[in-house]
Amino acid sequence: MSASLQIVEKAKTFLIEIGDLSFFAGRFFKELLKAPFEFKELLRQCYQLGYRSLVLVGVTGFILGLVLTLQTRPTLIEFGAVSWMPNMVGISIVRELGPMITALICAGRIASGIGAELGSMRVTEQIDAMEVSGTNPFKYLVVTRILATTLMLPLLVIVGDAIALYGSALVENFKGQVSFQLYFNRAFDALGYSDLIPATVKSFFFGFVIGLVGCYKGYYSKKGTAGVGVAANTAVVFTSMLLFIIDFVAVFVSDIFYDL
Amino acid sequence: MPLEEPIQNLKEDHTEKEVMINIEGLHKSFGSNHVLNGFNMKLHRGENLVIMGKSGSGKSVMIKCLVGLIQPDSGRVEVMGRKITSLNQQSLDELRADIGFLFQGSALYDSMTVRENLEFPLRRHKNKLGVITDTTPLVLEALENVGLPHTIDLMPEELSGGMKRRVAIARTLILKPKIILYDEPTSGLDPITAKEIIELMRNIQRKYGTSSLIITHDVDCARVISERMILLVDGINYAEGTYAELSASADPKVQAFFKK
Repeated sequence: MSASLQIVEKAKTFLIEIGDLSFFAGRFFKELLKAPFEFKELLRQCYQLGYRSLVLVGVTGFILGLVLTLQTRPTLIEFGAVSWMPNMVGISIVRELGPMITALICAGRIASGIGAELGSMRVTEQIDAMEVSGTNPFKYLVVTRILATTLMLPLLVIVGDAIALYGSALVENFKGQVSFQLYFNRAFDALGYSDLIPATVKSFFFGFVIGLVGCYKGYYSKKGTAGVGVAANTAVVFTSMLLFIIDFVAVFVSDIFYDL
Repeated sequence: MPLEEPIQNLKEDHTEKEVMINIEGLHKSFGSNHVLNGFNMKLHRGENLVIMGKSGSGKSVMIKCLVGLIQPDSGRVEVMGRKITSLNQQSLDELRADIGFLFQGSALYDSMTVRENLEFPLRRHKNKLGVITDTTPLVLEALENVGLPHTIDLMPEELSGGMKRRVAIARTLILKPKIILYDEPTSGLDPITAKEIIELMRNIQRKYGTSSLIITHDVDCARVISERMILLVDGINYAEGTYAELSASADPKVQAFFKK
């Protein structure tokens, strides 16, 4: 097969995948509004997917703040603009880096985890067993997980942002003798609703996509145990790609509304 | 294909009893792969019916059509007089409460303890048993039936293959079903454990008087447990009769099942 044909074939597969994913999302919204509501399972998933990601998100956020400050400091000193460090770090973390890095980390941890878990349940007939037990497996497994990631990701982003800012403040405090209070005052002065609202809204979308793709890949996993690995792997790849697309759309829309 | 010799004599005559499962002209294809080509079957009250067939012959597809996990392309599937394909979700779930399904790989829920695995169908089929405040006596009774009351708080990963199969049988028993469907109950087990499982199945049948449909390719299992057998070849019931009758058949396709 020639290279151009291969590209066309891959594009076709991608579009079919997007179409199937849209149907899957449609089914999610349909099932979301139907009783019974699996509150207990939702809470369990919030704990599993949200609380259990806290350490990873926290450590990553802290290192992100440290590295960003250490890397940009020499350049800002060169231009005599080191006093703008909190503003620059605050805006870049809250607007872009915090949500995106947290979402990518969660794509790696949560989307692959959901993909593998549901894939394994599919190939070992646990999903069928659930259905025979009088449970709607889509509602019990998929709706709860997508809802949990949608609700938890914005919270994880807030925690990640806060810890990243703390990491940055620590470097400034250590290297530039800037007090924590001054650092945070400067950082928050630079932030407005036009930074917080788009970032929070896109975090919900990020969470939704992470849950949606993870569940979609796992729920329709095929080809035995090998399919479980494929589900976990493709869940991460597909989610990461969609995260960047959503990010681009979010920045584009924010620009229209807030004239960034 | 025609039988070399018609075999109809049953070891114990159940034909006067109520028909629990009636399948007529069942067809199911997956793309160009025609799995079932007009399969017919009747299971009577209290009967142990074994269906044997090679791997990929459509045994599992047929059994999944019985509980609505797979929709047949055409044909009549009736369970206790109710046509599966015309039931709404609620009626189907109510009917499923009277059918126990032992899956090939046990299909215990990995994320739940043995207790939670057994409680799951209890909580989902509240209409059958009413509101149960304390599920422990029922869970323990089901586990005692399979000789594993001490595993109540263990996770499935802590159990051996044979123990998993026993717990899965306990899960199918907990709702006191009228029919039990066994999908390859002895596959993947060593001969001693397989014998224990077969003995357990016989005890259950004696104690609860359930009608059992057993899908297997294990000749020893079929010999011990069957009152009547159907050989599934090329998607149709190729031969039917008792173990003694079929094993004595000169038909090469029938003989192929009994060659050691």
